Amino acid sequence: MADFFQLLFSGLATGSIYALAALGFTLLWQASGTINFAQGEFVMLPAFAMLAFASFGMPMPLSFFLTIVLAIAVLGWAFKRGIVDPLFRYGMMQIVVATIGLSIAMRNGVRLTGAEAHPFPSLFADRIYNIAGVTVTQSDIGTLVLAMLLVIGTQAFLARTITGRAMQAVAQNTESASVLGINVPRMIFYTFAINAILACAAALLVTPVYLAKFDMGESLGTKAFFAAVIGGFNNSRGALLGGLIVGVGENLAAAYVSAAYKDAVALALFMVVILFKPQGLLGRKEERKV
Amino acid sequence: MKKQSAIIFTSVALLALLVAPHFLKSYGVYLLTYWLVFILAAMGLNLTVGYAGQKSLGHAAFFGIGAYTVAIMMKAGFSFWLGLPAAAAICFVTGILVGFPALRVQTIYLAFATLGFNTAAWLVMRNEEQYTGGTFGINNIARPELFGLSLDGALAYYYFTLGVTIVFGLLLFGLLRSPWGKAFTALRDNPIRAESLGVDVRNYTLLSFAIGAVYAGVAGALFASLVQFIDPAPFGVGQSIMMYLMVVIGGPGYFFGPVVGAAVGVVLPEWLRFAQDWYLFVFGSAVVLLMIWLPDGLLSIPDRIRARRESREASAARAAAVTAAAANAGKGSGA
Repeated sequence: MADFFQLLFSGLATGSIYALAALGFTLLWQASGTINFAQGEFVMLPAFAMLAFASFGMPMPLSFFLTIVLAIAVLGWAFKRGIVDPLFRYGMMQIVVATIGLSIAMRNGVRLTGAEAHPFPSLFADRIYNIAGVTVTQSDIGTLVLAMLLVIGTQAFLARTITGRAMQAVAQNTESASVLGINVPRMIFYTFAINAILACAAALLVTPVYLAKFDMGESLGTKAFFAAVIGGFNNSRGALLGGLIVGVGENLAAAYVSAAYKDAVALALFMVVILFKPQGLLGRKEERKV
Repeated sequence: MKKQSAIIFTSVALLALLVAPHFLKSYGVYLLTYWLVFILAAMGLNLTVGYAGQKSLGHAAFFGIGAYTVAIMMKAGFSFWLGLPAAAAICFVTGILVGFPALRVQTIYLAFATLGFNTAAWLVMRNEEQYTGGTFGINNIARPELFGLSLDGALAYYYFTLGVTIVFGLLLFGLLRSPWGKAFTALRDNPIRAESLGVDVRNYTLLSFAIGAVYAGVAGALFASLVQFIDPAPFGVGQSIMMYLMVVIGGPGYFFGPVVGAAVGVVLPEWLRFAQDWYLFVFGSAVVLLMIWLPDGLLSIPDRIRARRESREASAARAAAVTAAAANAGKGSGA
């Protein structure tokens, strides 16, 4: 039983990182209809940016801050202006293909600097706690708490501030939002900026475990999507639930079913969910428009 | 006019394909055959993606299922000619089984469901060692015989693959001109209108997906016999994404789109070998730029030029009409 709780807990920690990436995914989808196939690479690049800043001798907090600024400029502003805006009127397929191309370019661009995995400093001390026979690492607890705080913070921002509510209005109905005097392009840009910040945070939390490598984003992006769909694509809370379910499910399946099929767990959960509840566990049903 | 030029273009291309291998070394012939195999696979994906408008990112899984079916059956002593239809049938059934839950929800869900399916299929190929040989794969896959003729040689196998590709190309052409094909495109252009006109959306999307899978399966069978050694590597998610890019780059919904797309995806990397590590970086960036400049693929260039010329002619006509009207008006006030 102690094993079970241990697996459950470390699964929650991994799942909370999936949730961060999934939350960015759903926000982009709600605000601009963008499906970002490069979401995993959006986590990989900040990891390398942080390492690069740190290699100039900067302390970790400063390089994290600089990375966030850089990410908002590149993964937020430049991504929106350069790729999403010009392709938006053609439809989803073009955006999907362009982001696939972007992910190939990013992954192999980083690969040119070297294919080896770089160690990444952990935020947390290498300490283990023993709670009622269950051993948990400090980094699991820290990751879970930090990721939860970020998700809840994003939720609060969206629900309680005027800007956040304006962003939600844009996501729900762009036309009425702009009639009400909301600056729609700016709100969409804010969404891209938040996605970039969440990606940086996910990089900070996941890289000590995954190590900084050019292909670290490959599976992360897919799992973020599965998590988003399982939770409900049109609900930000769904991303959190979906992320945790995928993280825990993977961990338990690897231990009790088959480690070789661990990567198929997210798919299996996804298939079950869309068979019985296509709108996701927390999602609203969307009416089709003619 | 358009039809005539299409016929001329097709016959010139066919003639080139018939003659070309005689001027090539055996590696060149091998590469051409490789290209044909991918044209066949991409043709199926073009039906699913380009004509029926479904986003499938698991095509390489069907490609792999076809390859492994033939390889395993031939190792068990069955003939290639039994393996080929078996590969097609298994891909059709698997396509229906995978498509059924995924098509409950449209658009992008299918993309990720098929992507996940590809991962699962790849894991089976890698893990079920007693059947698939795991990472060691299956080697010494024989090439088939046709009417007592051995297809062992590179040239013979090339012509065989060319024949199969043409037959399946004609089948696809016939399918697209049939009421079924019209239903597929109606589905892509406006699913709700198609549904109100009595097209059973669920069945037709499922069918387009499964038929696309059959093309991948047949291509996979030819692939196994061409390379004569298969392991899970060429059937992963990366290959699926590459096939999808082939269709989109060539021009989804253009009949010859896969021919161009497969050339970009298979032949171009060989030419760009000197670029090595840079290749994929350049390729990825080129895809992004291509989407921004030519969102409908390379084969949309002629349409685009025509549209531009027509709009220029129209505006010239309009300008002429305006000057004529102005001249008339001037005459009127002078009189």
